[in-house]
Amino acid sequence: MRFKPVIGLEIHVQLNTETKAFCSCSADVFELEPNTAICPVCTGQPGALPVPSKQMYEFGILLAAALNCKIHEYTKFDRKNYFYPDLPKGYQITQYFYPLATEGFLELDGKKIRINRIHLEEDAGKLIHSSETITQAESSFVDMNRCGVPLAEIVTEPDIESPEEAKKFLEKLRQILRYLGVSTGDMEKGALRCDANISVIDLENNVQSNKVEVKNMNSFKFVEKALEYEFERIKSQLKRGENVLKETRGWDLSTKTTISMRSKEEANDYRYFPEPDIPPVVISREEIKKIVEKMPELPDEKLNRFKKKYTLTDYEAKILTSSVKLADFFERCVFETKNPKETSNWFLTELLKYTSSEDDFDTLKIKPHHFKELFELIVDGKITRNIAKEIFKEVFETGKSPSKIVEEKGIEVIGDETLIEEMLKKIMDENKDKVEAYKNGKKGLMGFFVGQVMKQTKGKADARKVNEIAKKLLGD
Amino acid sequence: MNKFKKLTIKDVLKGEEDYVGESLKVIRKEDGDINAFITVVEQSSGKIPIAVKDNIVTEGIRTTCASKILEDFIPPFDATVVEKLKKNNFAIVGKTNLDEFAMGTGTEYSAFFVTKNPWDKERVAGGSSGGSAAAVASGEVVAALGSDTGGSIRQPAAFCGVIGFKPTYGLVSRYGLVAFASSLDQIGPITKTTKDAAYLMNVIYGKDERDATTVDKKIDFEVLLEKDFSKAVVAYPEEVFGEGVEEGVKKQFEEFIKFLEKKGVKVEKISFPELKYSVATYYIIAPAEVSSNLSRFDGIRFGTRVEEKGLLETYLKSRKQLGVEVIRRIMLGTFTLSAAYYDAYFEKAQKVRRLISNRLNNFLEKYDFIITPTSPITAFKIGEVRDPLVYYMMDIFTIPANLAGLPAISIPFGFSGNLPVGMQIMGKRFDDPKVLGFANFIERDVPVVFPWEAKK
Ligand SMILES: [Zn+2]
Repeated sequence: MRFKPVIGLEIHVQLNTETKAFCSCSADVFELEPNTAICPVCTGQPGALPVPSKQMYEFGILLAAALNCKIHEYTKFDRKNYFYPDLPKGYQITQYFYPLATEGFLELDGKKIRINRIHLEEDAGKLIHSSETITQAESSFVDMNRCGVPLAEIVTEPDIESPEEAKKFLEKLRQILRYLGVSTGDMEKGALRCDANISVIDLENNVQSNKVEVKNMNSFKFVEKALEYEFERIKSQLKRGENVLKETRGWDLSTKTTISMRSKEEANDYRYFPEPDIPPVVISREEIKKIVEKMPELPDEKLNRFKKKYTLTDYEAKILTSSVKLADFFERCVFETKNPKETSNWFLTELLKYTSSEDDFDTLKIKPHHFKELFELIVDGKITRNIAKEIFKEVFETGKSPSKIVEEKGIEVIGDETLIEEMLKKIMDENKDKVEAYKNGKKGLMGFFVGQVMKQTKGKADARKVNEIAKKLLGD
Repeated sequence: MNKFKKLTIKDVLKGEEDYVGESLKVIRKEDGDINAFITVVEQSSGKIPIAVKDNIVTEGIRTTCASKILEDFIPPFDATVVEKLKKNNFAIVGKTNLDEFAMGTGTEYSAFFVTKNPWDKERVAGGSSGGSAAAVASGEVVAALGSDTGGSIRQPAAFCGVIGFKPTYGLVSRYGLVAFASSLDQIGPITKTTKDAAYLMNVIYGKDERDATTVDKKIDFEVLLEKDFSKAVVAYPEEVFGEGVEEGVKKQFEEFIKFLEKKGVKVEKISFPELKYSVATYYIIAPAEVSSNLSRFDGIRFGTRVEEKGLLETYLKSRKQLGVEVIRRIMLGTFTLSAAYYDAYFEKAQKVRRLISNRLNNFLEKYDFIITPTSPITAFKIGEVRDPLVYYMMDIFTIPANLAGLPAISIPFGFSGNLPVGMQIMGKRFDDPKVLGFANFIERDVPVVFPWEAKK
């Protein structure tokens, strides 16, 4: 490999606190009517003052602890001054000089991606233009609902070595956010936003290109695609011996390319200075400890525990722990069934056919005790696995108990040995060649004979008995 | 002479008359000469007529900050201090003139008009709370609120011969005060007596959930009134006799020292060489905060929009409504905060600010109070001062209290020519009742004199 990408991410996470960062407006503003979740503080009315939310700090501390960061006792807010109509005060309250946390890492498949810093800040509003683009627009409107929604900005070190790894990092981060319950992590809804810095190293000639910043990637897929595109673009520039411009580029969905937005030379001077309206926030070690103690089990811990406690494969455990809700439901089902392996099978093959891991499993019609009942019906030979699958679907849809469904539908396992024997004899008569082959050692053909019976009985035959009788008839 | 004009809060509390009506009558009759008010509020419930500086927001009542850009601004809420006034039976009879956004020392930078000094109408009333001080000194109202960032309560109080008190930073909520320099701004009373100042402080102070810089502290500002302070030990910086201080003021300050000594107070001279850096420090920190605080007034987000072709032109034209002094400070602050100069200016100024604070705190460990003249000069003639640097030097004695967040009061003490001279008493952080008590101790012999009395 001649070229290697060096990628760092800057991620903005909307914290789903009850209130905005510095006022008492609701922070849940997605898809609200414009300018309905606002007050003098978040709209920067002359005379109004910001007061930092405690919950924002708690969420920030949880996140920082989950990302193995050093959490600072002394933190402070600063003003980042820039001039834009969606920023009502003319500055953003952020943490520049004394951020909430620094020096952390996120482990990704055994590799540590270092976190440079995490700091808290407020979101800006949104501009709505009267036509597609700002240049064509006759007028523009400002929706201030998002103003003041708390954000945690996470800055990674340039430790990411491929576009795919960048995507994986974000997916893992989203999982952690959801486990912690500090953010929905929805990229499509803007609750998780990512800018990337990418440069490329020419390994043979040992030179590194300038850094390019990539923006406007509002899904995990686009992050990967945009970075792949950028990697290729920079690579070919390096190959041609061209100078890679230090610039900011935006992912353009329609052309699936990145487009230059501005050169880094014209970067803003944000004139940072300490926010005089908010005194430094000092949180003692003990207080931090108290907050961190509330931390739920994190994805990696849960994964390992599932593998150990329930003797599951890595694959199974990964799926079952992909969300807290799914994992919790699984554990409640196992508590009833006492059979983790079987429960896992039914989760992976059936339950997840009808649900996705982010659903609310508490409100499902199917309950843990239904699993137990279903398993008992199978073990008792009252229903076959195939029937059980149908019953499962019906339980899922209606919430009726499995035994009730068996009773109502008159489903019964055919266990009549003479009947099974007759069917088998007929099948074997019609497939003499296969009987011959079986006797010559092709034992795998057992499945064929059993399968034929199942087909003819629509799966209602007792598989165990069919097996026994078939063996007898074949002289095994 | 109208009896109302001399009334204090304490008098009004005891009486049964329509004082609000009386106040409005005096305003109608005399404000044409004084120009203390930008807006007079005809209908106002409450008993005690008070004036509020027009950079403190009042729900439904125009709040202009004496700026063209906010000429039509009607705030959607009341400042915390306004809420408190209303709850305590104060009637806001008007909003007083100031230098635009409180930047200035003579209300000459008001976008609307200059407030005249009730002692000499060819002279300024001081600033930036000149309207509030003139309204009190001319007897238009019983008391007023001002705001003090570098002396804006104390200096006009001195020029107009009334009491002006700047509390410890964090005691009075700034919620609803249109920010000038947030780390220095503090609202305070302008009154006819120290007792009224203490009374008003009890009304307006207190922890406010809406202002994170307020402190949670129970204080009774009236508790040290009427006390004997003859055992007090005070200090004055030798620099008060230095260059740039008017002879008449120096002479009066000497009288002040003699007076205190006669009362038994021990007065010592100290050296405070850092004093001369306070103005420079202030004029880096305050404009920096200004440049940020005022960026919202662009005609798009806030302020009157001057519609032009295109967004940039609209911005430029709208911003041009700001006055020359405001623009000067925005430019200055934008410069000192820029990445290339931050360390050399803003960061260094922060350090000097801490140095001055520490120095003052050390003095105040040893002495009960630090005394100085409030202003190195008396009220100057309207239009007389043109050089901004001369303007800035007028704040030399008042600025240190803002830099250190200390309580300081200006009380009238005699005259230089026909013009009142103010003396400043600065105390330790949270020693506000003590500062008021000491001022009251002096006031017992030297009460406020009203302009119409002195002329006789
Ligand atoms: Zn709000």
